[in-house]
Amino acid sequence: MRPTFSIICFTVLSGAGYGLLFLLGLAIALGAMPTFRSLLPPELERFSAVGPLVTNPNLALATALLVGAMLVSLGLLCSLGHLGKPARAWRALSQWRSSWLSREGVASLLTYVPLLGLLADLFTHPPFASPTLTLRIYGALLCLGCVVTVVCTAHIYSSLKPIRAWHDRHVLPGYLYLSLHSGALVLTALATLGIPTQTTAVALWIGNALILAPCAAASKWYYWRSIDAHGPPTTGRATGLDRLGSVRSFEQPHTEANYLTHEMGFVLARKHSRKLRAFAFWSILLAPITTLLLAWPVGGFTAWIALVLGLSGVFVERWLFFAEARHTVMAYYGR
Amino acid sequence: MTTLPLSTPKKLGLVIDLDTCVGCHACAVACKEWNEGGDFGPLPDSDPYGKEPSGVWFNRVHSYAVEQATPQGSRELTVHFPRSCLHCETPACVTVCPTGASYKRAEDGIVLVDEDKCIGCQLCAWACPYGAREISAQRGTMQKCTLCVDRIYNETLDEADRQPACVMACPTRARHFGDLGDAESAVSKLVAERDGYALMPEFGCQPVNRYLPPRPRRDGSESKPVPREEALDREQLPGVLRWLDRALSR
Repeated sequence: MRPTFSIICFTVLSGAGYGLLFLLGLAIALGAMPTFRSLLPPELERFSAVGPLVTNPNLALATALLVGAMLVSLGLLCSLGHLGKPARAWRALSQWRSSWLSREGVASLLTYVPLLGLLADLFTHPPFASPTLTLRIYGALLCLGCVVTVVCTAHIYSSLKPIRAWHDRHVLPGYLYLSLHSGALVLTALATLGIPTQTTAVALWIGNALILAPCAAASKWYYWRSIDAHGPPTTGRATGLDRLGSVRSFEQPHTEANYLTHEMGFVLARKHSRKLRAFAFWSILLAPITTLLLAWPVGGFTAWIALVLGLSGVFVERWLFFAEARHTVMAYYGR
Repeated sequence: MTTLPLSTPKKLGLVIDLDTCVGCHACAVACKEWNEGGDFGPLPDSDPYGKEPSGVWFNRVHSYAVEQATPQGSRELTVHFPRSCLHCETPACVTVCPTGASYKRAEDGIVLVDEDKCIGCQLCAWACPYGAREISAQRGTMQKCTLCVDRIYNETLDEADRQPACVMACPTRARHFGDLGDAESAVSKLVAERDGYALMPEFGCQPVNRYLPPRPRRDGSESKPVPREEALDREQLPGVLRWLDRALSR
């Protein structure tokens, strides 16, 4: 399948955004108000206009939520780039009874409700020492919305039987782990800016290095092993002529490329897949742990290196997810 | 609605005879011509007379060589294979549609796209194992075979012409149109007689269209061994015939 830039950006950005929002929502729902310090330099406190914002500890948490909202919204906007008629995108909300794409659209919009509720509460109320019940309910709903949306995204692909590499039980865990992993990378990077004691950042960093990153890398390893175990569908099977003998295409139905051969006959990735897989695997696995080890001698800014490295690994993984997938229709073309 | 009708009283579809198809592409051209101007048109091309013409066609005619082992050694059959929408009973392309643009008609089972609702997300084209759908770059929406729904019910046409354009155009009568839900229809009988088969049933789409496999070749390679001389009991013959048999056997 042709790796479309708009869809890769969508799944990578919104995946990271939902992972980040899930972690923040979980912390709030569990009653652990993340003790972010203001992101603005303390000198600004002298200016009366922004003073209250700086002294308000809710601000940094709201900023982290806003970063998540921006990633998710940017991703959703990118996905519109794939549409032939983007102005009609609102119609995609109607068929949630049967279509995973429609369900994803509905879930992504519903997730904005607790997100905007949290932001409104954080901006309008005095600093919270511990989250109120309303905040905790919003946090729990935010978690739920993030999980449901990412599950829908994964199901859009895993429900497509003609693309064997997507119709695979390892697709769903891959999307969930990678979303959490990239969300944790973003949150760690943000936390190094704002948390006074850095204990939360370090705990998050260690958790990602020791649990999330190995799970994400392992889920991809199992996925690749699974898709390699199946050969491509044969021309004989696709045409039903295998009952007569071995089938070979000797003439194409058209001299030039068409939509099908352009969209579904993409072969570049399979040529380089070993190297690209290795890059994706190791950068997903090692981004948090190596930069964590480096953080002690050189400082917390290595979280940003981890973010860049980890996200580029996820980007390559998502590119491969498309480029390596073979559509059954290509069997008719003998490719 | 993208939820499917439970069952349709009629299952209109095509039966394609791989034995008689000569791969002339007349079906594809006639289809393109009709649908360029029909109710669902146009079907514009990019660079139509240039170096790299590209555009939507609802029929694509593949050509295959099938290698067979025979007692006389291996040989190749040429099989031309027209590929188009199979108007499945449980089409995966319809249920994935997020907008309700794709639908299956309850009355006759034809699978169509509502041009005004399609957002061009292309998920239906990904979901179809048979490559029946192509997006129009010019129109931004998904296009597919309509089984010439604007011909087959068109009362301004002669009754004999109320058939899909591809069926009308086929010079070898390799394409047949009819109700495959009715066991007594001509197409159903043809399928039963010639062992017509559905493509890739393992995907669970339950295609309505059927393909008739090529008949056994008549080049002698598959014919039964020549029967040996029939046994004849001479003793039972009358005297004249016994003499005749002896004379002819010399």
